[in-house]
Amino acid sequence: MALLEVSNISKVFGGLKALSDVSFTLGRGEIFGVIGPNGAGKTTLFNALTGLYTPDSGEIRLDGTHLFRRKPHEILKAGLARTFQNIRLFHDMSALENVMVGRHARTSSGVLGAVLRSARTRAEEADSRERGQALLSRVGIERHSQVLARHLAYGDQRRLEIARALATEPKLLALDEPAAGMNSTEKQSLRELLLSLRQDGLSLMLIEHDVKLVMGTCDRLMVLDYGEKIAEGLPVEIRANSKVIAAYLGAEVA
Amino acid sequence: MDILIQQLINGLVLGSVYALVALGYTMVYGILELINFAHGEVTMMGAMVAVAVMGMLMGAAPDLPGVWVALLGLLAAVSACMALGYVIERAAYRPLRQAPRLAPLITAIGISILLQNIAMMIWGKQYIPFPRILPEARHNILGASITDVQIAILGLTLVIMAGLVWLVNRTSLGRAMRAVAQSKSVAQLMGVDVNKVISATFLIGSGLGAVAGVMVSANYGQAHYYMGFLLGLKAFSAAVLGGIGNIAGAMLGGLLLGVIESLGAGYIGDLTGGFLGSQYQDVFAFAVLILVLVFRPSGLLGEKGVERA
Amino acid sequence: MKMFRSRPWLGISLLVAALLVLPLVVDASLGRSWVRVFDFALLYVMLALGLNIVVGYAGLLDLGYIAFYAVGAYTWALLASPQFGLHLPFWAILPIGAGVAALFGILLGTPTLRLRGDYLAIVTLGFGEIIRIFLNNLNEPVNITNGPQGITLIDPASLGSFSLGQAHSVFGLELSAPHFYYYLFLLFACGVIFISLRLENSRIGRAWVAIREDEIAAAAMGINTRNIKLLAFAMGATFAGLAGGLFASFQGFVSPESFNLLESIMILCMIVLGGMGHIPGVILGAVLLTVLPEALRYVGDLQRVTLGRVLIDPADLRMLLFGLALVLMMLFRPAGLMPSIRRKREFSETGQP
Repeated sequence: MALLEVSNISKVFGGLKALSDVSFTLGRGEIFGVIGPNGAGKTTLFNALTGLYTPDSGEIRLDGTHLFRRKPHEILKAGLARTFQNIRLFHDMSALENVMVGRHARTSSGVLGAVLRSARTRAEEADSRERGQALLSRVGIERHSQVLARHLAYGDQRRLEIARALATEPKLLALDEPAAGMNSTEKQSLRELLLSLRQDGLSLMLIEHDVKLVMGTCDRLMVLDYGEKIAEGLPVEIRANSKVIAAYLGAEVA
Repeated sequence: MDILIQQLINGLVLGSVYALVALGYTMVYGILELINFAHGEVTMMGAMVAVAVMGMLMGAAPDLPGVWVALLGLLAAVSACMALGYVIERAAYRPLRQAPRLAPLITAIGISILLQNIAMMIWGKQYIPFPRILPEARHNILGASITDVQIAILGLTLVIMAGLVWLVNRTSLGRAMRAVAQSKSVAQLMGVDVNKVISATFLIGSGLGAVAGVMVSANYGQAHYYMGFLLGLKAFSAAVLGGIGNIAGAMLGGLLLGVIESLGAGYIGDLTGGFLGSQYQDVFAFAVLILVLVFRPSGLLGEKGVERA
Repeated sequence: MKMFRSRPWLGISLLVAALLVLPLVVDASLGRSWVRVFDFALLYVMLALGLNIVVGYAGLLDLGYIAFYAVGAYTWALLASPQFGLHLPFWAILPIGAGVAALFGILLGTPTLRLRGDYLAIVTLGFGEIIRIFLNNLNEPVNITNGPQGITLIDPASLGSFSLGQAHSVFGLELSAPHFYYYLFLLFACGVIFISLRLENSRIGRAWVAIREDEIAAAAMGINTRNIKLLAFAMGATFAGLAGGLFASFQGFVSPESFNLLESIMILCMIVLGGMGHIPGVILGAVLLTVLPEALRYVGDLQRVTLGRVLIDPADLRMLLFGLALVLMMLFRPAGLMPSIRRKREFSETGQP
């Protein structure tokens, strides 16, 4: 059974169809790329999947759980985490604190536990801290754990966002342009990170503009143009697809 | 029936004032996404300046006809408030344009308190009577009475609204204002001087507030340093009711809120079997505000806002 | 300073000793009215820390916060005065007052918390006014609040047969009501500080700050933003309700006048001045803004001596200065007099690595 099944999802903004009847499935352990010219609806798709926009129609199932029109926190709890194109960290919190916020949905201590500092709360805090540190190491920024997010270098901020999303123990991680603004060395290590995450059984969904990175990392690709799916297939197939070439050329000419 | 018409007239007069003040809120919000908390106090300052200037004029030139005195008082109030609005924006809001949202909001509250207390120090804590220089004749319409002042308020409001609609839709300043409201950065790229537009918005809004302040004090025959608070709050409610950021919405919302309040105060006793009386008049505006925000946050005329992620 | 850092208990013991003898010293030097000033300072510490949770942590600008204080105060007043002939004991009313205030917090929060931040400010402001209007007018047809006159003859707090409202001789010291209330308030203020400290570094505290920093990212990270915001509202209201009850018992009477918008603004001023989101800063702000206006009274005397008459009423000067302080703080020192570690870290680090 596929991990994510999306069928006929649509979203209209003030008469403009930002997404029209997009359907696709994503298998377990797959790295699935979403590409398309600017304004093709890639980020809108992410926002609709993660509940930041309410889709107008369609169906979304993650591991059998219906996610259509659920709240963002419910979707995250079901196992779909994301990063943002324009990096949305909690800037005045340290790197470690950012990751610990990611533990929120998987922990449960409340006001009473915090005030009394019960054994369970203390254990939970210690666990969050430990996992947080481990995840910072995983993405390679453990030495910055006490640095405020706003003071991290750009590439490290992107890594921190991934660590924060990983802290939520997702089944599927959706990355919105994770390589934007990175140099080629950084891109290479990002690619290795993504592949190693997949090795651990995580499924990934990726919006990316860097064609080399997408082609070299993704198992399958979907191409959006003006909110519609115009192609889906293996990287080699996409590369040869005439519709895709037309869409990109059209975008370049315009 | 007489009561109904009388309350409708009162409501429209009150609503005209709300509408003019609401325009100030809505224009600033449309452009800066800032609730200019100090706007109610600017309105109050308008009333105070007008009353003070009229008092001086009557002392200096006792032969001047009352209508002239009132017009000069209005002129003084409008100029003073425009200057005040301009200074507030330059000194207190502009430096914080890039700051977190909470900062300009708190500053606005500070300005509001500052103005209130400055007014109190200048003019004292007592109610200041609006000089009895305007004709006080009452006319009969369908069994309800309306004063000359009220007719003047309704007429002047209509003229101002028409002028504003013309300004926003037909002039280059209006175009620039709409462009800045859409997107500051794009407007800047298109060659619009964003700072100038923002200043102009504050000038116009404060001028309208001054007119409203003079109207309300002429209608009730008095001015007071604290009058801006409740007036401002209600006018803001009116702006939200109409759809904040929407100029026609502020006009509609203001008139509607005035009528709701007036009718509500007239009939609440009957509606609740005498349990609640007209002293709850001030609750209506807030009730309307909360209901609108909960059920239709975009207001009556506002477009359903595009979700932002 | 070093001495205290290596031996924190020494510093804390000294602080506790200083706080314990403070009312005695103040009584002996400045006079009994100043003991009352410090009583109020402690009440405001509780209020400011409550509002700090709402504004400082969660970033929700609540301008009607004083309404929860009013709810706490009137709850106590109605349950322990001749108004309804009820005289419930102190330990029973306090939790009821705090609970009722928390309930009001949730009632107000539920419909409004999905609104954008600045709308929330206006709605809470309106809510504060509504509460005051009702307190003013609920004396007819059924007399509940006794209208603008307020409720008088409220029972003082008492522990068993020991009434805090009367003078007693303790360990050979002749102590009066302001002294006893000082110690009672100190106890509660310490409780509120303790709870605030514990919450600050907890899962809930982090969720509050996350919402303040970026609500959308917080939601995307699995935080149920509506519930967590409601929780902030309810916590803030609980502290205010508690302080309100204590205020009613201390003052002996309550009237709607004590709960106007300016009080909400003053509490906001305290946390802005001290440093939003930073507990020691908020405490400092609360104490400063309670004590300094009292000192302004001397400005009146000064005017009388130098100018022969009081040109500016010190009470009026107070609000003027509050307004000015809000503006100047936001323009020049937005992090407050005593910024939180978070902010300090920002200033000390050398920008981008």
